[in-house]
Amino acid sequence: MIAALGLLVGIIAGLLLEPTVPLWLQPYLPIAVVAALDAVFGGLRAFLDGIFDDRVFTVSFLSNIVVAALIVYLGDQLGVGSQLSTGVVVVLGIRIFSNAAAIRRHVFKA
Amino acid sequence: MTDAPTPPEHSTPPEHPAHAEHPAHAEHPAHAEHPAHAEPDQPRGRARLLAAWRPRATRAQLLAGLLCAVLGFALVVQVQQNQTGNLSTLRQSDLLVILDTVTKRSRSLEDQAQRLEQQRAQLQSGVDRAGAAQQAALQQLAAYEILTGTQPAQGPGIQLDIADPQITVSATTLLDAVEELRNAGAEAMQIGDVRIVASTSFADDPNRRGVLVDQQLVRPPYRVLVIGDPAALAPALEIPGGVLDALKQVNATGTQQRLGTVDVRAVHKLGALTYARPAPAPSP
Repeated sequence: MIAALGLLVGIIAGLLLEPTVPLWLQPYLPIAVVAALDAVFGGLRAFLDGIFDDRVFTVSFLSNIVVAALIVYLGDQLGVGSQLSTGVVVVLGIRIFSNAAAIRRHVFKA
Repeated sequence: MTDAPTPPEHSTPPEHPAHAEHPAHAEHPAHAEHPAHAEPDQPRGRARLLAAWRPRATRAQLLAGLLCAVLGFALVVQVQQNQTGNLSTLRQSDLLVILDTVTKRSRSLEDQAQRLEQQRAQLQSGVDRAGAAQQAALQQLAAYEILTGTQPAQGPGIQLDIADPQITVSATTLLDAVEELRNAGAEAMQIGDVRIVASTSFADDPNRRGVLVDQQLVRPPYRVLVIGDPAALAPALEIPGGVLDALKQVNATGTQQRLGTVDVRAVHKLGALTYARPAPAPSP
């Protein structure tokens, strides 16, 4: 409940404030968002599995973001930033899909 | 991820390991670290989801809410960023391609603008030329109308009055006077109410009442209105043996006065041409 509320509050705040992303953050924000999405789906699945833990969720959320940003930064330094970004998005996308499948099984029993 | 037909919840696990009860343990070791948290008698997923809608201000709920708020905020910001300032997020190679395209496009547009500019200049000069030609044609037309006597004319000149009490002035004398005035540069003339043009005829009246000018009887005293340079016209009449002397010999008197403005109001009617047609312009 509070998580869904928080998501709503964040979306509304973003729509109302319309902040500009600082230049140094621009390459990392999209990947960070995808990584956070992965963490949220993982958390939801763990919750439905009955093994949700707030400490684990927080750590996985933050570490996902940091690791994703780090990979993009490293890729940019090595000159393979776009390819590595694609790779990270693919991996995170697969994880999001598998988590979504597990959630679906819990909710719809199918 | 695959949507293979899923068996009921508690089917034989060895056949469908992917659908086992807790695949999270394999894919999510982070979440698997706390199996102790799991109650032995778990409610099913849907019931758990419904239960979650009851707000409980636990630390876990608040933390999850906060992180979800951060996620939503970042999501919206990124989406908006992507929609507005899309150039700043592009990589160098993409920017080069875009720059190249834009350069080509602007060059072709510049070419087009130049062509249109030239076309416009051509049309403009054509219009100007047509206007100038029309102006010249109108001026020429006005000159021809005065020369052919179809329009009234006005200008400096002289007025010659010939008193002829005994009707002794012949058509020849008047014709001499007209020729003399033409030689002196007369541009428009009228005798009485008859305009003098190139084809004007002079004849003696058979009944000796005056002179027939263009078949029209003009009775004395004759008034001749002439437009031209007064300083040239007046001496032409006064030269010894000239028009005025000739008039004196036949007992007539001619008096002239120079005028700043002479109105030649009589007009000559042009007859339709029967034979002459404009010759085709010689082809260059």
